[in-house]
Amino acid sequence: MSGAAIEASDLVRDFKKGPRAVDGIDLRVEPGEVYGFLGPNGAGKSTTVHMLTTLLPPTSGSARVAGHDVVTEGPAVRAAIGAALQEAALDPFLTGREHMTLQTALHGMRGTAARDRGEELIARVGLSQAADRRVGGYSGGMKRRLDLALALVHRPRILFLDEPTTGLDVQSRTSLWEEVGRLAADRGVTVFLTTQYLEEADVLADRVGIIHKGAIVAEGTPEALKAEIGRPSVEAVPAEREDLPRMKQVLARFGESVPGSPKAVAVRLDGGDAQLAEVVRALDAEDIHVEHLQLHAPTLDDVFLSKTGRSLEGEAEEETADEEEEPEPTEAVAA
Amino acid sequence: MTEAVRSAVDSGLPRQVGMLARRSVLRTMRQPAMVVPSLVFPLLLLSINSSGLESTTQLPGFPTDNYLDFALAIAFVQGALFSANSAGTNVANDIESGFLNRLSLTPLRRMALMMGQLAGILALGVIQAVTFLLVGVAFGAGIEAGLPGAIVIVLMSLTISAAFGCIGAFVALRSGTGEAVQGIFPLLFAALFLSSMALPRDLIEINWFQTVATYNPVSYMLEGIRSLVITGWDGEALALGFACAVGLALIALVAASSALRTRMVRT
Repeated sequence: MSGAAIEASDLVRDFKKGPRAVDGIDLRVEPGEVYGFLGPNGAGKSTTVHMLTTLLPPTSGSARVAGHDVVTEGPAVRAAIGAALQEAALDPFLTGREHMTLQTALHGMRGTAARDRGEELIARVGLSQAADRRVGGYSGGMKRRLDLALALVHRPRILFLDEPTTGLDVQSRTSLWEEVGRLAADRGVTVFLTTQYLEEADVLADRVGIIHKGAIVAEGTPEALKAEIGRPSVEAVPAEREDLPRMKQVLARFGESVPGSPKAVAVRLDGGDAQLAEVVRALDAEDIHVEHLQLHAPTLDDVFLSKTGRSLEGEAEEETADEEEEPEPTEAVAA
Repeated sequence: MTEAVRSAVDSGLPRQVGMLARRSVLRTMRQPAMVVPSLVFPLLLLSINSSGLESTTQLPGFPTDNYLDFALAIAFVQGALFSANSAGTNVANDIESGFLNRLSLTPLRRMALMMGQLAGILALGVIQAVTFLLVGVAFGAGIEAGLPGAIVIVLMSLTISAAFGCIGAFVALRSGTGEAVQGIFPLLFAALFLSSMALPRDLIEINWFQTVATYNPVSYMLEGIRSLVITGWDGEALALGFACAVGLALIALVAASSALRTRMVRT
């Protein structure tokens, strides 16, 4: 261990019922880095976060956060981290300000220092006007922002955000992204962010780890991961629906099929974007009229597809009913 | 462990208890749907019993000629049963919403969480006990042990509330769901009905019922309160009442604390 903010080695977590949730994760996050942990529901993201935040003992393997072992130095880890876990964990019967008062008190802050810190954070997340309203009446975005503010009370060096924007509208999502970006850029906070949104990982993360069935299948900067895939894909929609089979045959000459709209044919171009003109000529030669033709640069979904054989967006849709299993209670390792 | 970390961990038990107690009380008082039924239903049952069963006082050996005096104790125990529901539901909500995880990530001590939760139960218990006393007296119940007796009634009522509240918290912590808490509510009511709720134990003629009532600690809780209303200061009844209430409270508290240790997993 040499100065990493988060480091995990062969981290495993089994549950009594069900498959292995986390299956030998190795990762290293540098101080000040925003690390995106990308994967569908049930991939093991939340279980990993629970282990790294000391809420769940690993079955095997080791992890250090802020230089402290997550199993043997839990209190020290907790003193160094802040966390906003899945679903804003707030009491609907308390106001935003009452939450802040409770959180500052539990972190040992008192008097003016506690009040000032609370007010500063409430203002920072734009909740000053709503601070005396009960949280039960807050919108999803307001709850998430309060959740983030509460996680920052004790000035943590490392922040864990577990799917912070799930269920938020575009405006709330953007606002939260800006705040997280500021935290990392201005305050040097290390951010470990789990998400199932490709765009979120792309926009926020310095590096991305793609997790599938409890294991990291790819890791790197978004740009490097996409460059690894390299080739763009082309998606074409025929003007006449009956031309779809013929269009498939023509485009199959240019590369492997990739998932696309049901009305379209999509292939990854073996020869890169230079082949686009050839594609157009081939379709014209076959007298297939094209309603729509689009070239897609590689995305993180393409990376996920190439590593797992499945589309992340497709998995997310399929598995929305199969939410990630909450860690079951187990005997605490230490008091 | 560095001094800073030690300081963060040891942020002061009394202050933690105070903050969590405040939260618990605020939370309880802001849920009228939880407070009102716990006042209305015991009073409703009291009014039905005391008017419908008045003739029971004619039975030879019945300790009073006013059934309201006899039935008043039921309201305190029935109100305490609502504490199980209230405490259990609040704890289950904290688990289901992830609030317990939020607390787990602070330097919070588990004992503070339990004590804070108890404070919420006791706040509701005070409102219930004072209301039942005032309504009872207003409708003609006499407290034979006088004002000091009334204070002891409130204390015993709070102890019973704490006991049932801890049972509710225990079920919530073990199961993690509000449904399980709702599920035990009828069982606790059965314990009330299978006690000396409607008749003194020596006047229950059905043998099995009398046996169950004799082994049922709820009987002694009722009889402890009842003694202060009907006979004045009865050391044995009070000792048995408090012993059952405190004993049940301690067992439930230990069980709930153990369940909290399992539920509030952190390394």
